Amino acid sequence: MPQSLEPRTMFDKVWDDHVVLAESADAPAILYVDLHLVHEVTSPQAFAELAARGRKAARPDRTFATIDHSTPTLPPDASGARPFVTEAAAAQVETLRRNCAEHGIRLADWDSADRGVVHVMAPELGLTHPGAMVVCGDSHTATHGAFGALAFGIGTSEVAHVLATQCLLQRKPKRLRVTIDGALRDGVAAKDLTLAVIAALGFGGGSGYVIEYAGEAVRALDMEQRMTLCNMSVEAGARAGMVAPDEKTIAFLRGRSYVPAADVFEAAAARWLGYATDPGAMFDHEVRIDASVVAPMATYGTTPDAAAPIGAPTPAPQSEVARKALEYMGFAAGEATTAHAVDVVFVGSCTNGRISDLRDAAAVLRGRKVKSGVRMLVAPGSEAVKRQAEAEGLDRVFVDAGAEWRLPGCSMCIAMNGDMVAPGQLAVSTSNRNFEGRQGKGARTILASPATAAASAVAGVLTDPRAFTREREHA
Amino acid sequence: MPEPFTQLTSRTFVLTADNIDTDQIIPARFLTTTSRAGLGAHAFYDWRYDHAGAAITGAPLNSVDTATHRVLVAGANFGCGSSREHAPWALLDFGFRVVISSSFADIFHSNALKNGLLPVSVDLRTHGQLLAGPGMRVSIDLERAELRIEDAAPVRFPIEAFARRCLLEGVDTMDWLLARMPAIHAFERGAAS
Repeated sequence: MPQSLEPRTMFDKVWDDHVVLAESADAPAILYVDLHLVHEVTSPQAFAELAARGRKAARPDRTFATIDHSTPTLPPDASGARPFVTEAAAAQVETLRRNCAEHGIRLADWDSADRGVVHVMAPELGLTHPGAMVVCGDSHTATHGAFGALAFGIGTSEVAHVLATQCLLQRKPKRLRVTIDGALRDGVAAKDLTLAVIAALGFGGGSGYVIEYAGEAVRALDMEQRMTLCNMSVEAGARAGMVAPDEKTIAFLRGRSYVPAADVFEAAAARWLGYATDPGAMFDHEVRIDASVVAPMATYGTTPDAAAPIGAPTPAPQSEVARKALEYMGFAAGEATTAHAVDVVFVGSCTNGRISDLRDAAAVLRGRKVKSGVRMLVAPGSEAVKRQAEAEGLDRVFVDAGAEWRLPGCSMCIAMNGDMVAPGQLAVSTSNRNFEGRQGKGARTILASPATAAASAVAGVLTDPRAFTREREHA
Repeated sequence: MPEPFTQLTSRTFVLTADNIDTDQIIPARFLTTTSRAGLGAHAFYDWRYDHAGAAITGAPLNSVDTATHRVLVAGANFGCGSSREHAPWALLDFGFRVVISSSFADIFHSNALKNGLLPVSVDLRTHGQLLAGPGMRVSIDLERAELRIEDAAPVRFPIEAFARRCLLEGVDTMDWLLARMPAIHAFERGAAS
């Protein structure tokens, strides 16, 4: 890291470290990418562009691919055939396999113990390092900022740029610090805090910014919780969200497959801790949030910022768009959304498909049943999460309760693999987007935490999970 | 490489909603393609077709003639959501060449420029005027970075200098980056030492 007299933010330090050519009035900066993650949906056209130019991937050693978006979450049939939703989906996965083989890119394929949703898999393999520049053709790449990496989603043209040159053209975003003071109350999850932050910032409130999450409540989050928080930065319009690396970051990374070797790990760790924002560094904008007032949250509209404490009256719409959103959801202003029968519950995704999320959901479900008429689907975020969950018997908890235990993948979050919510059905989902039709045409999505999703599956209506955990404590 | 863009005069087609996200522009179930061609058929699919796949009668997107209406005017925060470049591909293939709004989501904005779909950001007053009057004749002059509505005085719009040059001169960003490989290799050597 170059020494500088001016105090710098973490974002500035990571940015400065990756500038190949500085930006000018005429051209954006050229930034060097340390880790390029690739999946089947946003890469085929980029590989085609390389092929058209007769080029190979510049740094396959800095590139890692997985299959997650279009992949079925049901097992293969007796003949070994995977139940792809369409031939096109199967062809897309096949195309990535071919492209990876041709360019020498590592792929977490069907037979790999590493396969998973890209933003779950990469951190658990130790691919994501503090101070690194990480990109992927996926807006939830912001997840990796939990490690103090500068990580954001890029388009397919940029995927081609990075494949061919390992670089990206970027104008420097502004800096926003979200300081979260206080402590989360018992029974309040990182997802609840995340929804509260997005509600406070507004749907486009982070546009043009990279967010640094700081403060006592952020320091108290574990790494999986920090990933949940950073993951949804894009839902406030910010390209990236970051948390300063600390001892929790180092402890999480130590011993993982792709971190520096044991003899040099401590030196790397010391360097990583140096990425934290210097005292006195300036931000373009500052927001403060009090964690101690956050309650379990759920969305009521069709944008992720339209969130309120579970059981609170739905706010009166302040715009035509908000009015239409309530109409789409079938909710009325002034009434709580907890009276509406839930049809589908989904636990999974790059937001909430990690082992701690499955433990949270299983803790509510243990010894209980999913209400008759409710379909509950659990898709672990990766093969590693699946193995761990099965070792702990969580799969049995889900299956015994009447939920479906699926293979890892994006599944019902993006609903492009056949896992869908039917038209008009109401879903409580631990995913990241409640846009109209996101989980299937006409699907109505409530975003919430894994514990809330599980409690809602049992009750058949949107439910504050504390009702269940308290009941158990007093039993 | 996108078609160069210099000037365009066309009528506007208006979608007033704010926060039109990429799942509206092209639903995720149509992303299982390995091509960038032909996505116009899926543009705003759920706004144009019912659950049975029949065209929705009266849906304005089903009657717009994009030969004469090449400019989409949309509500604030257009293109929010995912990073899918399929969104600008679908809009271009559908027939739009310009999108005017008061604000755009970052990744959509970047993706649009790389494909020759010009995102034009305007002030709230101009935005309100355009939203209120579908079918207005507008002229966009990228060289001057000006938007003219009917016969009114032109208003300037912001456009990042490099993207503007790429569009005007047909500069290919990949070629531009590849021409800088020596600097990239030097950076790699420096970082390794």
